[in-house]
Amino acid sequence: MLDVPSTAESAHRGRAGGKQLHVTSHLRRLEAESIHILRETAAEFRKPVMLYSIGKDSSVLLHLAIKAFHPGKPPFPLLHVDTTWKFREMIRFRDRRARELGLDLIVHTNNDGLSQGIDPFTHGSARYTDVMKTQALRKALDLHGFDAAIGGARRDEEKSRAKERVFSHRSAAHRWDPKNQRPELWGLYNTMLAPGESMRVFPLSNWTELDVWDYILLEDIPIVPLYLAASRPVVERGGALIMVDDDRMPLQPGEEPQWRSVRFRTLGCYPLTGATTSTAATLPEIVQEMMASRTSERQGRMIDRDSPASMERKKAEGYF
Amino acid sequence: MSYHEAPTIAATDAPRLEQSDRPTLRFVTCGSVDDGKSTLVGRLLYDSKTLLDDQLDGLASESRTVGTTGGDLDFALLVDGLQAEREQGITIDVAYRFFATRLRRFIVADTPGHAQYTRNMATGASNADLAVVLVDARKGVITQTRRHSHILSLLGIRHVVLAVNKMDLIRFDGDRFAAITAEYLTLAGQLGTSQVQCIPVVAPDGDNIVAASTRMPWYSGPTITAYLESVDVAGDVSQRPFRLPVQWVNRPHADFRGFCGRIASGTIAVGDAVRVQPSGHQAHVARILTPAGECNHAGAGESITLTLAEEIDVSRGDVLTAGSAAEVSDQLAAHLVWFDDEAMVAGRRYLLKCGTASTGAVIATLKHRIAIDTMAQECATTLDVNEIGYVHLNLDRPLVFEAYRDGREMGSFILIDPISHRTAAAGMIDISLRRATNIHWQRLAVDKSVRARLKQQRPCVLWFTGLSGAGKSTIADMVDRRLAELGRHAALLDGDNLRHGINRDLGFSNAERSENVRRVAEIAALFVDSGLIALVALISPFRSERELARRRLEVGEFIEIHVATPLAECERRDPKGLYRKARAGELPAFTGIDQPYEAPLAPEITIDTSELSSEAACERIIRYLREQNYL
Repeated sequence: MLDVPSTAESAHRGRAGGKQLHVTSHLRRLEAESIHILRETAAEFRKPVMLYSIGKDSSVLLHLAIKAFHPGKPPFPLLHVDTTWKFREMIRFRDRRARELGLDLIVHTNNDGLSQGIDPFTHGSARYTDVMKTQALRKALDLHGFDAAIGGARRDEEKSRAKERVFSHRSAAHRWDPKNQRPELWGLYNTMLAPGESMRVFPLSNWTELDVWDYILLEDIPIVPLYLAASRPVVERGGALIMVDDDRMPLQPGEEPQWRSVRFRTLGCYPLTGATTSTAATLPEIVQEMMASRTSERQGRMIDRDSPASMERKKAEGYF
Repeated sequence: MSYHEAPTIAATDAPRLEQSDRPTLRFVTCGSVDDGKSTLVGRLLYDSKTLLDDQLDGLASESRTVGTTGGDLDFALLVDGLQAEREQGITIDVAYRFFATRLRRFIVADTPGHAQYTRNMATGASNADLAVVLVDARKGVITQTRRHSHILSLLGIRHVVLAVNKMDLIRFDGDRFAAITAEYLTLAGQLGTSQVQCIPVVAPDGDNIVAASTRMPWYSGPTITAYLESVDVAGDVSQRPFRLPVQWVNRPHADFRGFCGRIASGTIAVGDAVRVQPSGHQAHVARILTPAGECNHAGAGESITLTLAEEIDVSRGDVLTAGSAAEVSDQLAAHLVWFDDEAMVAGRRYLLKCGTASTGAVIATLKHRIAIDTMAQECATTLDVNEIGYVHLNLDRPLVFEAYRDGREMGSFILIDPISHRTAAAGMIDISLRRATNIHWQRLAVDKSVRARLKQQRPCVLWFTGLSGAGKSTIADMVDRRLAELGRHAALLDGDNLRHGINRDLGFSNAERSENVRRVAEIAALFVDSGLIALVALISPFRSERELARRRLEVGEFIEIHVATPLAECERRDPKGLYRKARAGELPAFTGIDQPYEAPLAPEITIDTSELSSEAACERIIRYLREQNYL
């Protein structure tokens, strides 16, 4: 009955028909908990925002927000921190979804970084991520005075994420203090903030990657087609398959883009996102592939590998 | 040992749930430092094939660099996610881990064993159905075991697995295991823990984790995994009366008004009668919107939106109920686990959050503290961090709730420090101390007397009247500070200051002066209603107006203080140079010069500052307040 608008993605959709009931009831419990968290955020904060990264987790988060406030619209805008290096297909998908759903979309780019010519090839992923993602996000939150930022991070993603609260406090400087987190009991969240402080809210904390895919399948949630296998031009670099998404990518001597059947398990900036060889072109095939997978989704991400504990450090500095 | 040799179940494809209608089991692990909790959890993740190749590679390399197992796989590194934890080889914060076997999904909260981190254990336990308590076979049941088990029982955990770890270090001694088991069962009996399963394990080697150990043939019970897969922890919340704490009122347009929330217990169907608590209004369910679409009914755990057939007032913090009514009270008795480094202060105001409701709350009394080792009730005046006590709470407004033993959702609360915003304590409601006599109670009046009791003072107005320069503001300010030192709650209304704000629009004509006094009297009366001692420093030259102010209050609440410094003395002091201006004709209608001052006929207190210092005057007023039982 929730009229979630259909999209042009229908060709890529799977059907949930054969799903077992217990998977559904498991997903319904996760769904209920996430909706509860989203409503608490709307009720308790002055000016919340949903961080929309266009990936599968964001797609699920957006879908849940629409359900939580149906028949109204989510009482917060979407914010996308655009590094200008996202896959072109992501940007098209983002703009179309916001238009179809009639949602307020704020796109923020760190223009200082842009004018300094910061890019992932010449400045390294650590510096680039700090300027174009971490600092950009902090600036965007400050600029609009958002006091709560809802994100799609999950505890199963990474070790320091496993320690994160559902409502995670940030100082006025957006710092996360992992050793001094507020205890979080039952479904009761301490949402108190001093002036300038803010909260990061993670409604998908208790979901796993497989839950996300099962739910996308169950609910027919539109996703960026890059998650599905197709023939794409890639080069092999540092053990990863990097898609040549536009002509800004400098090819090294001897590098020749090859057309391979690949897909992405996570999406981000194309120069930092490794593809996996795959022929899974439908959602059920992806779920099948997932279950047999022997690597984690973050393996395709270059930024987690810069140094041990790199995610914890980035988070302390304000990265999502 | 490398991970290539270790698997205890075949390293074929990743597990996928086959057949099970058992809901996800949420459990918490607890035990003392070095009992091996993180190792146990790491082992469960490892043996359940939840770990993927790149994570295993990371584990192998980290085990070599920061591991505590001499280069063998250090399973604790899988859960100790923070840099400080890996460096120090300890667990600081609760970590949530997800794994699944063929039969069930699990969420495990791994909690630290350090005494100072007990709050994290309570946190992990608050959302758990079951606890795995680890003990070191060499040490048996120790103080920390008792502390953790007590917290578990307070938090309503009825199912405990006692994992007796490091059995290899006591040469797999079955008699020792039996002795530890017996000791723990005695403890569990005292705590009312209904289900205890004791299992001997060697966590790093995997004995009795997934596969049955071959080194302890005397043990014939289930392995940890087998027990967790099969245990039934479901309490039947759907059989309890319907409770929906209202989270959010959804009003997208004039034709739709929906009440959103997650059903705490019970079931509801379209057409059912519901009542709004605490108001007591009745209504009927018109529509039920669930995440899966519009439905005719819904049950516990679902996040829904209800619309009602009748137009009645419902807002966040209210609870929709059916069947028997929930309890409503503004005085509660509850167990507290104190979290904050700043100790509990009786009489101090905290913010209480219960369900979707928030209210100010004062800990009226600490009835007793609980000695963790013996479970004995001790006399105490405060609770320090990690201490547990039983308190009486006075709330600013009535709360709709249930006893914690009847339901966690409506029986649990947190206390937040209003200054630091830290979560100061977790609470579990035991009983109401003042039962609502009528469930249709419209509004429990939190009246003056309730507030006065909370503040432990009798609210009143100290009305300082007298000529300009008589010393009203000086003495009032001194009294205000003195009251603050005494821990009393006062507010000072100074005539001059008020003319910069609420009375900015008023001049000095008789009508405007009279309006000035009327407004100040009204504000003072509101302060008294809120339980404060209001100090008013205002020339207020006319008897009739002061009389009106007195009548605005109840008998005994208006204390008129005549600051009777003679005109000549005031004019000699002339602190603001006003008399000089008035004499020069620059200030028309100046009291005492060209407008009369009507001295009080029977003031409660008279003070002449030409005879009495300000300090002495202040002490005299405080003495009066004490003698008359205002303080």
